[in-house]
Amino acid sequence: MSVAEDRHSPAVSAFGQAMRSFTLLRESLVAMIGTGIVVFWASVAIFAPVIAPFTGTEIVVPFAMPGDVAPDGRVFWLGTDALGRDVLSRVIWGSRTVLLYAPLATFAAYALGIVMGVAAGYLRGWVDTALSFVSNAILSFPVMVLYVIIITSVGASALNIVLAVTFASGPGIMRIVRGLVLDLRNREYVAAAQTRGEGAWYIMLIEILPNARGPLIVDVCLRLGYVTITIGALGFLGLGLPPPNPDWGGMVSENRAFATVFPHMVIFPCIAISSFVLGLNLLADGLREISLRD
Amino acid sequence: MAEPLLDIKNLCIAYDTRAGDVPAVIDFNLTLAAGETVGLVGESGCGKTTVAMAVMRYLGRNGRVTAGSIRFQGRDLLAASEADLRRLRGSAISMVYQEPMAALNPSMRIGEQLAEVPMFHEGATHSEALDRARSMLADVHLPDPGRVIQAYPHQLSGGQQQRIVIAMALLSNPQLLLLDEPTTALDVTVEAGIVDLIGEIGRKYGTGMLYISHNLGLIRETCERVCVMYSGRAVEVAPIHELFDAPRHPYTRGLFDCIPLPTTDRFSRPLRPIEGQLPLPQERPEGCAFAPRCSHAQAGQCDRPDLAMEPAGHDHTVRCARWREVGEALQEDIAVADATVTGPSVLKVENLRKHYVITETPLMVRGGEVRTVKANEGLNFEAFEGETVAIVGESGCGKSTFARVLTGLEQATEGTIEFHGDEIGDTPVHERPPEQVRDLQMVFQNPFDTLNPSQSVGSQISRVIRKFGKEKDRGRVRERMLEMLDLVQLPRAFASRLPRQLSGGQKQRVAIARAFAGDPSTVVADEPVSALDVSVAAAITRLLLDIQKRNRTTLLFISHDLSLVRYLADRVIVMYLGQIMEQGTVEQVFNPPYHPYTEALLSAVPVADTKIHKRRILLDGAPPSPLDAPTGCPFASRCPHKVGLVCETTQPPRRDVGGHSIACHISLDDLRDAEPVFSELAVAAE
Repeated sequence: MSVAEDRHSPAVSAFGQAMRSFTLLRESLVAMIGTGIVVFWASVAIFAPVIAPFTGTEIVVPFAMPGDVAPDGRVFWLGTDALGRDVLSRVIWGSRTVLLYAPLATFAAYALGIVMGVAAGYLRGWVDTALSFVSNAILSFPVMVLYVIIITSVGASALNIVLAVTFASGPGIMRIVRGLVLDLRNREYVAAAQTRGEGAWYIMLIEILPNARGPLIVDVCLRLGYVTITIGALGFLGLGLPPPNPDWGGMVSENRAFATVFPHMVIFPCIAISSFVLGLNLLADGLREISLRD
Repeated sequence: MAEPLLDIKNLCIAYDTRAGDVPAVIDFNLTLAAGETVGLVGESGCGKTTVAMAVMRYLGRNGRVTAGSIRFQGRDLLAASEADLRRLRGSAISMVYQEPMAALNPSMRIGEQLAEVPMFHEGATHSEALDRARSMLADVHLPDPGRVIQAYPHQLSGGQQQRIVIAMALLSNPQLLLLDEPTTALDVTVEAGIVDLIGEIGRKYGTGMLYISHNLGLIRETCERVCVMYSGRAVEVAPIHELFDAPRHPYTRGLFDCIPLPTTDRFSRPLRPIEGQLPLPQERPEGCAFAPRCSHAQAGQCDRPDLAMEPAGHDHTVRCARWREVGEALQEDIAVADATVTGPSVLKVENLRKHYVITETPLMVRGGEVRTVKANEGLNFEAFEGETVAIVGESGCGKSTFARVLTGLEQATEGTIEFHGDEIGDTPVHERPPEQVRDLQMVFQNPFDTLNPSQSVGSQISRVIRKFGKEKDRGRVRERMLEMLDLVQLPRAFASRLPRQLSGGQKQRVAIARAFAGDPSTVVADEPVSALDVSVAAAITRLLLDIQKRNRTTLLFISHDLSLVRYLADRVIVMYLGQIMEQGTVEQVFNPPYHPYTEALLSAVPVADTKIHKRRILLDGAPPSPLDAPTGCPFASRCPHKVGLVCETTQPPRRDVGGHSIACHISLDDLRDAEPVFSELAVAAE
């Protein structure tokens, strides 16, 4: 009889699973548009040295309008800024900042949030009380104020941005993970692991965490967007990467005095930020839609 | 003959899915006369709920009727407009669902919810409607309707909630009542009360009822005619007695052979699982959908696409090409189980108590009210090598708490558990020596929850083998894991599958393989088949018993199903509210003298056999909350044989005779006088 029961498709490899995920993604138009935008910015960041007409830091002609031509014949497709740097090149090079530090900071925040959340949700008791207290204390500060306090006290640098984001968004992630774990810890496969004497960390990380991945993947996309906005905002406040490194938020800040006369100096970095965040949000929406449908 | 109340003709329903149009119901015919109760029976996925939803015209966004007609009192329901349907639903046709909690609005008082029905359908005033609601609550035998009407759903028990849902369905005095598994979520003694109520409604209001259930025993107790469905088609329609005494379709017979009865055990009537499984709707074979699983199937006959319902007796139709040839009991006999040979004592529980202390401290201030939940109160029993001990009781009786204490997930408050001579009652599982952990494993209830969805079947079994040091070498671990798959009769290719690619029965097989992979001496099985369809449950039960026999495992079988317990257990422990009311061998517990609770439990079991007469004992109310456990006998508040005040104030004495123990104030001699709950009917009917 056992052979008669065998009617499902054969086992899928890791590659097969990835392909399946992609096939599912293709069913959602929203997810495909989101993926397209994100992939576009990722390629821009990777191929920046090839596609950027200028280095982004070299000073050429100040106040050039979009379409003006440089003395050596290269075109300023998006004009230049007040210091005479090519806007297009700075947007392209600036994507590297965002696409490197936003994922890095999100990843670090997740590492902290997951460890805290899994421990609080699974161990409960005083661990939960203590961790929840700490996270609520952090969450009770207005986020921007928190960033400003942290960055001004430790100084503006790439590493400190990552640290600040980790510190400020870790507690939010912890709450989500804790909620998921509170539900998953009552599953029978967790009880099965307990009855065979598995250790607490084995159960938390091997038995429970992988099953929380669905909602977390959606949250990662959304949070990448928030972090992008945060990095932009910090740049705008002068707390981002030290100049002259191209940084979308910093570009808006440096040129905001000329925004009414030369809008191209600020509009294009703004479009860059919002399109990347939009892409991530669309991807998150699409993923949620797909996960609900299954 | 008068026009039938409900007339379904050649009904076909399809669901629009990613895989295209999937037919869920094919060419379905059924008539229901006014005041008649017809049962619709079949395993999950056979289309019985879809039929009921189609009658309500409530198929959801992706379902639609592709052919046929549904006539209600001569009106074509499929042609009715949304406005007509709105008037019909809840007034002429009502429905009672499986999950009462989900059918009631949690934020509205019961009275308001009930009053909506007459107010909407008949334009009654609010006070009239409330009066009607109050008298209807009395009609469904809810105690104290005045209080219930003011209550919110969460303040009532599951049985009370279901009575309210039934009251709501009856308020508009419907001609047709659709009941979709109305008692599946309830305990047996509560279920018996609801079943009684449904019978009474039929007699009192003359309501026509369509009763959907997977439980043949319940169908027999409630219905006059039955329709058996398989894979979207009706396969047999007959009056109750015809169907139960002379089933014609091989599937109907197969179903009967799969269900244990409370009067027979594994020696007198071994279960015969139906081989194979229900075909997916898109993979239905041509002709008879049951043919691939049928031992009588013949090419050329059973695969004809024009297979129709044929008359096979008075008011009896069957969809089988070979029903005449199939005749009586052609199936080869199945090996009868050997009697259990018990070995030395494995487990000894003495005076075990597990209390939960709940401190109600507002705002973390010390000194709030302290209340104690007595989940286990003074358990005493012993289990021996190779035997099956069943722990029986309704939800909240503390049987699962006991399993948690035994496996070391919780610690005993008092008393001892001796396991192979070692005291384990207050040792948490991570402090137990590895051999002890390995020796005591568990099979869980819910097949959809028991396997980790993100790990392959093979790795979950291998983990156990490695963990318990059976094997270390990679190749040897894999070899043993594959042997475990053989043991539970799953193809070896399943090792690399993920749980979501498996059916419920297959998952439970993997769970059994996982529990036995470390060669435990004792396995606790907590309702391992209660979530499975009958044919699958029969196969899993057999498998579990076979492996147990081979390994001489001590099996502690936790269950609420007395028929199943009768089938597989050697000894039975009956629990109520944390205490053992009765224990003894199966023979002792299932025959007088009974504990009054055991007697009531037995009488609540639905029996799918017309030759058995069952004495009815109805219990009032629900078990009291373990938070306010009575000081005397826990069963005193519901006991039909209560002697007097002594029952409420004094713990009953334990009366022991030859290993049979009953905790009751009534003397054994008096208890012995009880009439057996089940008796064979005299064959005087014909």
